[in-house]
Amino acid sequence: MSSTSPAARGLRSVEVLRAMMARPSGAIGLTLVAFHLLMAVLSPWIVPFDYKAMDATLTLAGPSSAHWLGTDHLGRDVLTRVMLGGREALLVTGTATPVALIWGGLLGVYLGLKGGWRDEVAMRLVDAFLALPGILPLLVLITVFGSGGEVLMPTLAFFFGIPVIRVARAAAHEVVARDFVSAARARGHRPLDIVRRELLPNVTDTLLVEGAMRWSWMLLGFSALSFLGFGVSPPKPDWGLMISDARVYMSLAPLGVIGPVVALSTLIIGINLSADALAKTLGLDHSRKAVI
Amino acid sequence: MLALIIRRLALGLITVWLVSVIIFLGVEALPGDACTAILERDAHGEALAKCREVMGLNTPALTRYLDWSGGILTGDFGLSANGQERIAELVGYRLRNSLLLAAGALGVGIPLAIFLGVIAGLWRDRWPDILFSTGAIFAMTIPEFVAATILILIFAIWLGWVPAIVLTPADAPPLDFFPEFILASTVLTMLMIAHVMRMVRASMIEVMAGDYVQMATLKGVPYWRIVFRHALPNALLPAINVIALTVAWLLGGVVVVEVVFNYPGLGRLLVDAISDRDLPVVQAITMIVAITYVGVNLVADILSLALNPRLRSHQERGA
Repeated sequence: MSSTSPAARGLRSVEVLRAMMARPSGAIGLTLVAFHLLMAVLSPWIVPFDYKAMDATLTLAGPSSAHWLGTDHLGRDVLTRVMLGGREALLVTGTATPVALIWGGLLGVYLGLKGGWRDEVAMRLVDAFLALPGILPLLVLITVFGSGGEVLMPTLAFFFGIPVIRVARAAAHEVVARDFVSAARARGHRPLDIVRRELLPNVTDTLLVEGAMRWSWMLLGFSALSFLGFGVSPPKPDWGLMISDARVYMSLAPLGVIGPVVALSTLIIGINLSADALAKTLGLDHSRKAVI
Repeated sequence: MLALIIRRLALGLITVWLVSVIIFLGVEALPGDACTAILERDAHGEALAKCREVMGLNTPALTRYLDWSGGILTGDFGLSANGQERIAELVGYRLRNSLLLAAGALGVGIPLAIFLGVIAGLWRDRWPDILFSTGAIFAMTIPEFVAATILILIFAIWLGWVPAIVLTPADAPPLDFFPEFILASTVLTMLMIAHVMRMVRASMIEVMAGDYVQMATLKGVPYWRIVFRHALPNALLPAINVIALTVAWLLGGVVVVEVVFNYPGLGRLLVDAISDRDLPVVQAITMIVAITYVGVNLVADILSLALNPRLRSHQERGA
């Protein structure tokens, strides 16, 4: 597989996408994700109102022909803000996920090949970092660095790369035992060459599936931080922040909560369904593995 | 067996020690310290020097690490940054409240998850399985705060059955948290069930396809006896570790849920401390969570070693 040309690789991703679309979960998932990506790109040109424009005479209004989802507590159009509310989340997690995957994947594969004391030390450190569950490590870093997208992107990329090390290492372990790796070693290739030419092509599938799952968890983390007030700073629209703001007025204007809830949920469900379809298409069914 | 347990114990201790080093060094390596964080713009000259004196920031880092980690071993977490309160006192009742919430979720959630998992596994690919498995995927994908908000909207605002938020003070006796407690606990239960259920389902399917189940069927053992006596105990073994991971997840997820419901637990204390940039409190809570996480996983590891002879002999040979 190490000798595949770029054209052949492009062909393979088209094939994988087609196979994913053939499954109901993949078709629904990919459609949802594509819709959200498209919306993130196009929304600044197609939103009906200015997301900052307040209307003091029309606060917490119900749906009308002008404001389809009503207005929020400052009289801003909810639909406009829902349409724009995923941009920051998609930008931050969309950048941080590949970064996490690349650094975690490379380090994991290298450790899996190399073994020895480096591996032992690194895995103890990984254990230590994973002993802080969920958004906790993110919260600790935010205490120190403050919040905002420019802090969150590297932070998310760092912390979500750590579990990837473990997955990549386990995947590499399975490959390392095979004959072609021994052959490469016998030919006297350097470890980094073995990683690049023999191991990486064989673990990319596992890493892709892992990356899709990590993306959805990262989005969950990002929105939770936003909801807690440590993510996107107002007046920028963000679903987590919108839910947090609108929740106080939930009995008066439930659409202010339901709008962003539906948007966020459909995106995350879309990613999960796509990840599921990707795993099944590539023959890596992860339903038995525990979720960390 | 004993050697294995000791090995696990040692690994757990190393992990906790590393976490403490990471947390300490992480704060140490950053620009500024607890004093610049509290004083903010006033952090210069005499005020800064005095604050550092009071907080003991002038001693070498190693001494401070030893003091800090030694204090944790004896349950003394030092003073908080802003109010000069003892962190141990600040944490006490809130830790109890969080544990109460987690216990409520686990007590209801785990039996329910096992029950649903068994049903889904036995009726694989038929309507009970499709119903529960789809529900589980939704429960796993929807963020805690979204689920909590939806439940508040439905049960507290539209139906008015339960109060939306908790107003009980942190040090109230446990029973005072009742009706308010239900929604918060339900959210955690709902989200938690999904993982455990999926695991039980998968291992139930695997176990029911095993030779000894077929043997029992051929011998004429009644179906439900096979399910409960032969299959279920074996199917639950792999679930132990998933339950431990779920507990760990609860510790993280509880932060958001506590904020949504205004529940006076450790998670809300953490969020308040972050807003106040109270580093000592953040460090202390992080340590408590890490210790709990390692402890729970250790117990799960030992339990599954003790209950599963195959795993034991396999690992003894491996080690």
